[in-house]
Amino acid sequence: MSGDYILGTENLKAYYETRHGYVKAVDNISFLVKSNEIFGICGESGCGKSTLMKVLYGIIEPPLKFISGQISINIDGKEISIQNTNVNEIKKLWWKDISYIPQSSMSVLNPTRKIEDQFIDIFKKWHKKISRRKIRKLIRKNFDALGLPREALSSYPHQLSGGMRQRIVISMATIHNPKIVYADEPTTALDVVVQRGILEVIKELQKKLNNTFVIVTHDMGIHYQLSHRIMVMYAGKICEIGETDDIFQNSAHPYTALLIESLPRLGDKSERKSIEGSPPSLLDPPKGCRFHTRCPYATQECAEKEPPLTEIWHDHYVACFHPLKTK
Amino acid sequence: MVKGMEYPLLETINLTKVFKIGGIFKGTNLKAVDNVNLRIESDEPVILSIVGESGCGKTTLAKLILKLLQPTSGTIKFEGEDITKIKGKSKMVEFKRKVQPIFQNPFESFNPLRTVDKYLYASALKLQVAKDKEEAEEIIRETLSSVGLNPEVAFGKKPHEFSGGELQRISIARALISKPKLIIADEPVSMLDASIRMSIINLFLKLKKEFNTYFIYITHDLATAYYISDFIAIMFRGSIVEYGLAHEVLSDPLHPYTETLVNSIPDIRKRWSGKIALSGLELKEFEAVGCKFWRRCPYSNDRCKSSAPKLIKLKNGRMVACFRYQ
Repeated sequence: MSGDYILGTENLKAYYETRHGYVKAVDNISFLVKSNEIFGICGESGCGKSTLMKVLYGIIEPPLKFISGQISINIDGKEISIQNTNVNEIKKLWWKDISYIPQSSMSVLNPTRKIEDQFIDIFKKWHKKISRRKIRKLIRKNFDALGLPREALSSYPHQLSGGMRQRIVISMATIHNPKIVYADEPTTALDVVVQRGILEVIKELQKKLNNTFVIVTHDMGIHYQLSHRIMVMYAGKICEIGETDDIFQNSAHPYTALLIESLPRLGDKSERKSIEGSPPSLLDPPKGCRFHTRCPYATQECAEKEPPLTEIWHDHYVACFHPLKTK
Repeated sequence: MVKGMEYPLLETINLTKVFKIGGIFKGTNLKAVDNVNLRIESDEPVILSIVGESGCGKTTLAKLILKLLQPTSGTIKFEGEDITKIKGKSKMVEFKRKVQPIFQNPFESFNPLRTVDKYLYASALKLQVAKDKEEAEEIIRETLSSVGLNPEVAFGKKPHEFSGGELQRISIARALISKPKLIIADEPVSMLDASIRMSIINLFLKLKKEFNTYFIYITHDLATAYYISDFIAIMFRGSIVEYGLAHEVLSDPLHPYTETLVNSIPDIRKRWSGKIALSGLELKEFEAVGCKFWRRCPYSNDRCKSSAPKLIKLKNGRMVACFRYQ
């Protein structure tokens, strides 16, 4: 892995083991994430985006099973391969080098401890000698920067609103300047006004910390506002990867194009159409291209062979036999 | 006025619902719906969207109109009749035939162990639309095809055998059985994926035209509200702060809150500019004496803190509750 990239996967497969067989949530996925970028992953529910996030972060617990492939992260010039590293070793990287912002802040926050104590717990993990006063000073500085009131420090999580809690988790996830921050639907549970505020905070933090954010959300609008590059997933596979403006203006995969066309917008009353049909079951996904059952451009070839992810022009990759845009 | 009728289809007058939160002695009263006056009085069927953030009282308002909650004060008139006073089984059935709900999560609306057609039969028989099972089946087949489902496929299946989109179509079919005058849909597409969301939204437009059904569409999503609705009411902390034709309100918002809301949508053509103020003031805003938005409003002054602006009428049926327009 060269120095420009901080995270990469190769032929990654991670399945859920069920009574009826494997659910192929992440199925043969290869991509690279650059240092110092906001990398967006989008797709509908059940496309495997959250599973991918879990695997990247190193949480592989049953029924989720790592099948094959490679995941590597590049921390301070050292390549760490996630699948070959002991879980306890990976846990040592959490918060400090890689951190995670989940959809529900309560899955990170301890409901029985005050916010300040939870911050101190994480600090004490690496800095045994640091004094509480010094930690408090650092947290306050961080809170001021995120526009969080200091009173929140002496509160329990349930006393705070959802938006406030989410900002506290963002503060926790970034206070140690980690190299990679994963965020899984960080604002989906929040209202639009709060959402905009939080996304602005994330954008500013990324600029300030010069690190990498990997953001998973189904909301294309958020990707347009936030992400530098986007990866579109469908039914456990990658459809398309490219720079945000390129993806929106020159969508090459029919799924990406139809998805963007279906989105209603303020100021535009022209008719919007849904994509026919619904996403397939990952227990028994269709052969060939997984989108061919819903794709208006599908041919016999699409039903038989799986299209490989190919570069159609610089930094724009598509997995389709009949891309809407070519060189 | 609705054709052949002297009364508006729906009218809420000073409608208020208070919930008590917190302890027995020190609890506070939260006005989830605060003095709401709404009217649907068009000749032609219309879709009215009620838009607001979580906790703005939009679902409480829907439940009040559906008679799932009793108001603390104020009245609701449907076709001129005060529905808060309706009592007795036959009167209730008559009301339910005319006003039907569709809820957010179709997987919660149906019991996972029962086949979905049982619900359709139960609705047809309980609402006394059909005399017996045979007659019910005919009606059910008809409504299922009108929502774009093949009746043969839908019969005898349990909820988990359907996708979310199909199941939501079935709940729409259930609501249509009694050919209601008004359907109240509370966040009907927020659980569905983007690629199938619009098919449900388009179905509402089709039903409005074909069955002359009025809709109240409750949502936090301004983009679908803009696409589907004729009129829109913006709610904030229990009150309606702006009302009018949907395209006018959303393309030219008058109330500072509507403006904030419109500016917060993550659009896919235009990037955000400027910044937005975040607050952790939810409860304080509910309890505010004056305008509930003053703490976050860029235009607020002393008057806004001490007295609450009333919803006043402007041109074209437009209404706004803000001192800047009084």
